[in-house]
Amino acid sequence: MTDSQVNNVDRKAKLLKKRYAAESRFKWYGRISVGFGIACVLFLFTDIISKGVGAFTQTYINFEIEFDESVLGVDATSSPAEIKSASFGSFFKKQLRAAYPGAKSRKEKSQLYAIFSSDMPLILRNMVLADPTILGTRKSISMIADDDTDVYYKHGYGNDSNIGRLSDFQKIIVNEMISNGALEKRFNTLFFSNADSREPELAGIKGALVGSLLTLMVTLLLSFPIAVATAIYLEEFAPKNKFTDFIEVNINNLAAVPSVIFGLLGLAVFINFFGMPRSVPLIGGFVLTLMTLPTIIISSRAAIKSVPPSIRQAAMGMGASKVQTVIHHVLPLALPGMLTGTIIGMAQALGETAPLLMIGMVAFIVDVPGAVTDSATVLPVQIFLWSDSPERAFVEKTSAAIMVLLAFLILMNSLAVWLRKRLERRW
Amino acid sequence: MSSETLEDRYQTVGSPLLEDPKMRIRSVDVSYANNQAIFDVNLDIGKNQVISMIGPSGCGKSTFLRCLNRMNDTIDICKVTGQILLDDEDIYSKNLDVVELRARVGMVFQKPNPFPKSIYENVAYGARIHGLTDNKVQLDELVEGSLIKCGLWKEVQDRLEEPATGLSGGQQQRLCIARAIAVNPEVILMDEPCSALDPIATATVEELISELSENFTIAIVTHSMQQAARVSQRTAYFHLGKLIEVNDTSQVFTNPEHALTEEYITGRIG
Amino acid sequence: MNMPTSNLLLVIVLATAVAYLLGRLRSQQIAKPLGGVRHLATLPNYYASLVGLWAFIPAMLLVLCWTVFDGVIISSLVKSVLPAEAKSLPSNELSLVLSQITNTASGITDLSTLGEEYQPAVNRLLFLNNISHKSMPILAIVVLILGFLIGYRAIDAKHNARYAVERIFNIGLLICSSIAIFTTLGIILSVIFESLRFFEKVPFFDFVFGTHWSPQIAIRADQEGASGSFGVIPLIAGTMLISLIALSIAVPAGLMSAIYLSEYASTRVRNIVKPMLEILAGVPTVVYGFFAALTVAPAIRTYGDQLRDWGASNDIQWLANLAVSSESALAAGMVMGIMIIPFVSSLSDDVINAVPQSLRDGSLGLGSTKSETIKRVIFPAALPGIVGGVLLAASRAIGETMIVVMAAGLAANLTINPLEAVTTVTVQIVTLLVGDQEFDSAKTLAAFALGLFLFVITLALNVIALKVVKKYREQYD
Repeated sequence: MTDSQVNNVDRKAKLLKKRYAAESRFKWYGRISVGFGIACVLFLFTDIISKGVGAFTQTYINFEIEFDESVLGVDATSSPAEIKSASFGSFFKKQLRAAYPGAKSRKEKSQLYAIFSSDMPLILRNMVLADPTILGTRKSISMIADDDTDVYYKHGYGNDSNIGRLSDFQKIIVNEMISNGALEKRFNTLFFSNADSREPELAGIKGALVGSLLTLMVTLLLSFPIAVATAIYLEEFAPKNKFTDFIEVNINNLAAVPSVIFGLLGLAVFINFFGMPRSVPLIGGFVLTLMTLPTIIISSRAAIKSVPPSIRQAAMGMGASKVQTVIHHVLPLALPGMLTGTIIGMAQALGETAPLLMIGMVAFIVDVPGAVTDSATVLPVQIFLWSDSPERAFVEKTSAAIMVLLAFLILMNSLAVWLRKRLERRW
Repeated sequence: MSSETLEDRYQTVGSPLLEDPKMRIRSVDVSYANNQAIFDVNLDIGKNQVISMIGPSGCGKSTFLRCLNRMNDTIDICKVTGQILLDDEDIYSKNLDVVELRARVGMVFQKPNPFPKSIYENVAYGARIHGLTDNKVQLDELVEGSLIKCGLWKEVQDRLEEPATGLSGGQQQRLCIARAIAVNPEVILMDEPCSALDPIATATVEELISELSENFTIAIVTHSMQQAARVSQRTAYFHLGKLIEVNDTSQVFTNPEHALTEEYITGRIG
Repeated sequence: MNMPTSNLLLVIVLATAVAYLLGRLRSQQIAKPLGGVRHLATLPNYYASLVGLWAFIPAMLLVLCWTVFDGVIISSLVKSVLPAEAKSLPSNELSLVLSQITNTASGITDLSTLGEEYQPAVNRLLFLNNISHKSMPILAIVVLILGFLIGYRAIDAKHNARYAVERIFNIGLLICSSIAIFTTLGIILSVIFESLRFFEKVPFFDFVFGTHWSPQIAIRADQEGASGSFGVIPLIAGTMLISLIALSIAVPAGLMSAIYLSEYASTRVRNIVKPMLEILAGVPTVVYGFFAALTVAPAIRTYGDQLRDWGASNDIQWLANLAVSSESALAAGMVMGIMIIPFVSSLSDDVINAVPQSLRDGSLGLGSTKSETIKRVIFPAALPGIVGGVLLAASRAIGETMIVVMAAGLAANLTINPLEAVTTVTVQIVTLLVGDQEFDSAKTLAAFALGLFLFVITLALNVIALKVVKKYREQYD
């Protein structure tokens, strides 16, 4: 073997080694990218869950109340109107002062009251209204703790870190309560039974959830029939001409228009031009319908296309008209695919925020809407609103609301996947 | 008309025309966009007869068959000119409802294509859309009668509510025939009805065709010469979109008049 | 008769169902002496449907037109009894007066805010509204009954009702299909008209070439500098900056995952990993916004501050001057990038799978490694498709709203420093329109001008991208 031959073999071996190194590097880039994506998913979910899981429990303070008839000025025989006008606020404060005589100054007293939810007097009044016989008795009542107390008890108590906004005086009292075993954590039913509130401990998602439901209902009722009709027309009836092409181009482009533009459309056309009311699920449903139509149309067309032509021929050969062929045969066979597309479109609508901000569904609304023409907000907008609030308790609430939203989305998407697997026919 | 097409004029040999036929086809041309598929066909289809159409692949026999109940309407680019009369009524006339036409001229397709519904619903479908029965009893009778005529009743009477797609290929095709005759058509068109079936199923369907010819006029496209010989009274031979020869089946297969027919029969083209 | 519209609609639907049933009975009655349903030209259902449609369509059209035009007609009638001085007002003030009259009529405000001379107008409005509300249901029901009678009497054994029903069905389908066109038209008209009104107030060139954006000044008309400044350049720069950050994360990560999953990964891995990545596409943008604003941005700020302290203690001048804004472009851009990863990856996946197997085989047969095949053969072949995908992703990033609204802030800084706060076109659209504004202030109208800009840009990107992808597809069909 000559030197040059040895060199050549050597060079080849080196080159090969280099090439394999490049190969494995390239593979690692791929692995890292995939890993990055998965890490993002996991991090996003753990971040949200760890932030939000606390909101599913609420701190209650067990406190003994003496329903003193003389302080309230009412007794079991009083009429509801009299009970309503009784001063439960000062009654409640008096009870607190009696129980914690350590509060001396004005400031300390108001700090003492602030350990409890500001709605407590109202709740006590309702208790008496519901059952006036408790007047004159002593009763231990689970009171809703204020959000600051709640945060302190859940996260700060026992730690060195200074979490929450409780003052030192409040901490002393709360620590005393804790050592007496007066504080307990319970499942937070308020979160699911209340609408929005300025007080984090009282704020719930029921209003937003019902608003989302109403909006989604309007969207579904409008977009499903319209999208199915459009898909049938384009696949089965439309002549091949410029107008049909124009419709198709429009649908494809609308699918890519940013959602905020649909908000502008809703504001300019529905609210400004037609003078329809702001903030109502009806208009939200209109806007989301226009937005989700392209998605549903495109998947419905695919479903219709997958019905084999032999079925159509069989029906036509029997003397079924075109309309009969479509309604009796094509539509039932394409329905699972259409429903899958519709559910995915609805999931998209459920998570949409921006266009609803523009048509005013961003207002602070404390009532649960009862109809599509009541002022309402929706779950994603509620998340947006809460995420803007400074209280730490609202961060928890926001994350919990996100968890509820994601749960609905996962449910809907699983339903779509299940439907596709279960009902879609393979030809 | 250009000189070229004049030169292309040809004469079908044999006896394409009949006394008192069920359908008359006169000077029919069919084209897909710019490609002409059928050239100047003249043919009569006799009452209660089976006529088979044979010819090499792509000769236009299926296209021709589909003209007879206007199934070609479903293809946008397909254009049919000439005259096709069913009992002296022009089936391409503007006043004629294509839906009624197809109720009178039924069709059975190459591949069995039952609807993905129950066996009962498949047969009842035609009666439902054409309003042939007034109540459930009549409909049950109609379904049973059609299935009996197709020799399928014994096999399926216990599972009428089961999906038709669960039947075997031969049963499916007989179901499609039952579905077609439930509408009580005057003419049944069959487009290679046995090509997707095994020999035993083929034999059953062929037997059925012979039986049905007592009451129905049948036009069948087939690429099996033996089948044509077995089931039909007359045979038409198509070649490259032209109708070359029409004669009694026995004559076509024993003593063809046209050289092209003879070449096809003896297996030199095909 | 006074009836809310929803009840009226219910009545119409119920009446239609009754009409259908009556039509069905009638056609069966006609069929009986003839010897059964088969002697009718078509099925009883079609006769019944036609009767139902005769009842339904005219009544619905009446209700629809009435609701749409009712307000316009009444207000024009009210205008005719306004005092002379009010009639000569310019149109925007006139509409203000009209809305005050409406408020007075419905008892929200007192007549005293308007003046006694408006009493006839208020009375007129009340009177007309009253007539309108009472007469609509009556008229609708009369029309419904008339339609029913026409349809009912037209039932005839020889007349084929199927043609009419199917034609109406067809027209219905066509109308539904046209909604897509009307939506596009609605978008274009609304943004263009409002934009034109905006450009009456703010010169076009000031908008397009202005480098200063501060619409917030215009609070009261009599205030100093009430016009605000509407230079769109900082917004465009901010949008581009955030989109670029997003794309620089999403494109490599998305593309490489697509390549890895389609060329290297086993079927089992692919079946697990792909749906996991798809989850990212299903998460609502408001969730990403929350994640960006409350997790990523504070983290970036903390790390930035640590770096600065470290730089200061080690005497590295440029690090010591590091200033991280709490609403940095980086946070919004990064999270947006994560959001777009599955979008890029699924588009790239389609494109890579469209490259014919023969090309791969040819390259592998020559003895190249997989990565060489990908880099030298598949990637160049798929490049046009990938470019199309990147353009679509860019249009997504530019149009994305919630992440930037929640994480990018409002400060219209003209900068390319990703650690500073910037604002984007979509943020400004939302900020300008959320809350109650006069509809024709420059501030509100500016949102529509921005909307026009956004619509044009995203549309152009999409059209180009779809063209590129389509061309690419044809190459391998």
